[in-house]
Amino acid sequence: MQEPIIDMRGIVKTYNLGMPNELEILHGIDLQVYPGDFMAIVGESGSGKSTLMNIIGALDKPTSGQYTLDGVDVSQAKDKELSVIRNQKIGFVFQTFNLIGRTSALKNVELPMLYAGVPAKQRTERAKKLLEMVNMEARAKHHPNELSGGQKQRVAIARALVNKPALLLADEPTGALDSATSRTVMDIFHRLHESGMTIVLITHSQELAEECSRILTLRDGRFIGERKGAGRSASLG
Amino acid sequence: MHLLDNIRLALSSLWANKLRALLTMLGIIIGIGSVIAIVTVGDSLTGSITDSLQSFGVNNITVSLQKKSDSDSSGTSVRMFGPESPDEEDLITDAMIEEFRQAYPDKISAIALQQSLGSGQVQQEDTTVQVTAMGVNNDYALANDLNLMHGRFIKDDDGERQIAVVSDVFCESVFGSSGASVLGKDFELSVNNKLLKFYVVGIYEYDDDGYVSLSNSDPVTDLYLPMETAIKLSGGSSGYQSFTVVAAAGTDTSAFLTQTKNFFASFYTRNQSYTATASSMESMLEEMTSMMNTVKLAISAIAAISLLVGGIGVMNIMLVSITERTREIGTRKALGAPGIAIRMQFIIEAVVICMIGGLLGVSVGVGLGAVGANLLGYAAKPSLAAIALAVGFSMAIGVFFGYYPANKAAKLDPIEALRYE
Ligand SMILES: Nc1ncnc2c1ncn2[C@@H]1O[C@H](COP(=O)(O)OP(=O)(O)OP(=O)(O)O)[C@@H](O)[C@H]1O
Ligand SMILES: [Mg+2]
Repeated sequence: MQEPIIDMRGIVKTYNLGMPNELEILHGIDLQVYPGDFMAIVGESGSGKSTLMNIIGALDKPTSGQYTLDGVDVSQAKDKELSVIRNQKIGFVFQTFNLIGRTSALKNVELPMLYAGVPAKQRTERAKKLLEMVNMEARAKHHPNELSGGQKQRVAIARALVNKPALLLADEPTGALDSATSRTVMDIFHRLHESGMTIVLITHSQELAEECSRILTLRDGRFIGERKGAGRSASLG
Repeated sequence: MHLLDNIRLALSSLWANKLRALLTMLGIIIGIGSVIAIVTVGDSLTGSITDSLQSFGVNNITVSLQKKSDSDSSGTSVRMFGPESPDEEDLITDAMIEEFRQAYPDKISAIALQQSLGSGQVQQEDTTVQVTAMGVNNDYALANDLNLMHGRFIKDDDGERQIAVVSDVFCESVFGSSGASVLGKDFELSVNNKLLKFYVVGIYEYDDDGYVSLSNSDPVTDLYLPMETAIKLSGGSSGYQSFTVVAAAGTDTSAFLTQTKNFFASFYTRNQSYTATASSMESMLEEMTSMMNTVKLAISAIAAISLLVGGIGVMNIMLVSITERTREIGTRKALGAPGIAIRMQFIIEAVVICMIGGLLGVSVGVGLGAVGANLLGYAAKPSLAAIALAVGFSMAIGVFFGYYPANKAAKLDPIEALRYE
């Protein structure tokens, strides 16, 4: 069997630790995600999906438990190492796009490479290629406030992929989009999945979850079940 | 993250809030501007004075009458300019000067005497040429470094002859030429309500001494007459309120200054109202420089306060900017920006604000300084060292006051920053 990219054992997350309003959100999560998985995490609001996603994305540290990402022990990593992990191993796509204002789509896509120390010429070349992939090359010079929601999300996906991460994380990427634009975004994910990218997707949409290869359901900070999805064929039917 | 990208980023974020950025810079602009302005004026002033000192001669000692102050009869630094002028018996006499000449024969190279007659007019057809008329002795030319172009200077044995040494500028206005052909020509000078005919015996070259003339009209130049002629014209009062001693080469001027002062002061020990004092260009320059330094210090203190306020303003605006851009900071961290990159970004932004403020301050300061120097009649000499220092200093302010906000940004928790509304 292949080594998992994400290997979580007994992950617990407690907010306000040691305070009167202490609150345990994740109660011992075990999770293995293998290369090439397209996994959906579903569950009702407040069940802890985003909390879990932030830990997977090395934005947050678990209160206890063991987490290895692509062979690196994240639970022990220092802040500086975490920023390198986020930069090199993970691509993030947010519900609210989070593009940097006052700078072009191209510069936004270049940003992760800037922090990786890629030389300018290479940066621009690669950013252009990624914008082409999401069909946004015509808007490379546009600023985020000149783009529609779907266009912004496509730029954000290009930005997430630009450093060739091992893992693409998307927390409700279609949550702010209508169904037609959601479709475009989902189709990009399918294309990436087919080319071998590992993707973890949080969604409230039952149909979109069905299109993934694995579907995990979270309730009150625990996984209550896993089933296989129909894959891309679900969207074609 | 590269410097250039950071600078471009900083400029675009400043451009997005132009007015706010300008208001923030105001303290820096005022602080740097006032320092540069005062340094420009001060340097132009001392520069011109040093130039004229060199042309006037460092060996010159001016002896002059000084009114004794009522409270302090030794009358040193406190000068009281009374409304009345010294009586004839108070003036320095030829006898005193002769005695002085006898006392220090080796130390004196020349003694320039002058008897001022005030302003005079020379009527030439329909124009009037203004001059400053004065009786002088022969040493005057040496002490004042006059450059004689044609003819001769006033001699001590010219008696009451009606001859004059005039400037080339004067000749051009009155005779239309400043060549040797003017020598021997005559003109009518009206001075002290008298109209007298004078013959030109010498022409000297007018030296503007680095002064900038604000009007286009010709400068009023000196017109030199024999001493006795001048005394007769002034109404017969002989004696001097001031004169210039040129110390011989190799003389210790400052020691001789003291001797000269004591020598002449001794004549005035029993005089109730006046004493004699001596000063050299050097001592005057020292006084001037120390005064200038006091002014510079005072302005610098004001500038320092203004820069402090400016720096706090920059810090404040940086804190506001960081709060406004919390989500952006969170996004950058999610994309893998290390704390140091975020810190750099905001420090550079603060430095760019301060540097632009500093450059604006320098332009304002050089502009004001040039206007100030010209109003005082000197050519402006902006100091490059002061400009470089000012810009460097404003950048240092940016680092100092930008560090705290930048550090705050660098330490933001990525999740909280991303969740910030
Ligand atoms: N910083 C925090 N401090 C305290 N409690 C928090 C914090 N962040 C999240 N929580 C709590 O953790 C729980 C899980 O939140 P989370 O954002 O993971 O839910 P979610 O499953 O992503 O919900 P949704 O589908 O609405 O996005 C919620 O009850 C929330 O109130
Ligand atoms: Mg969520």
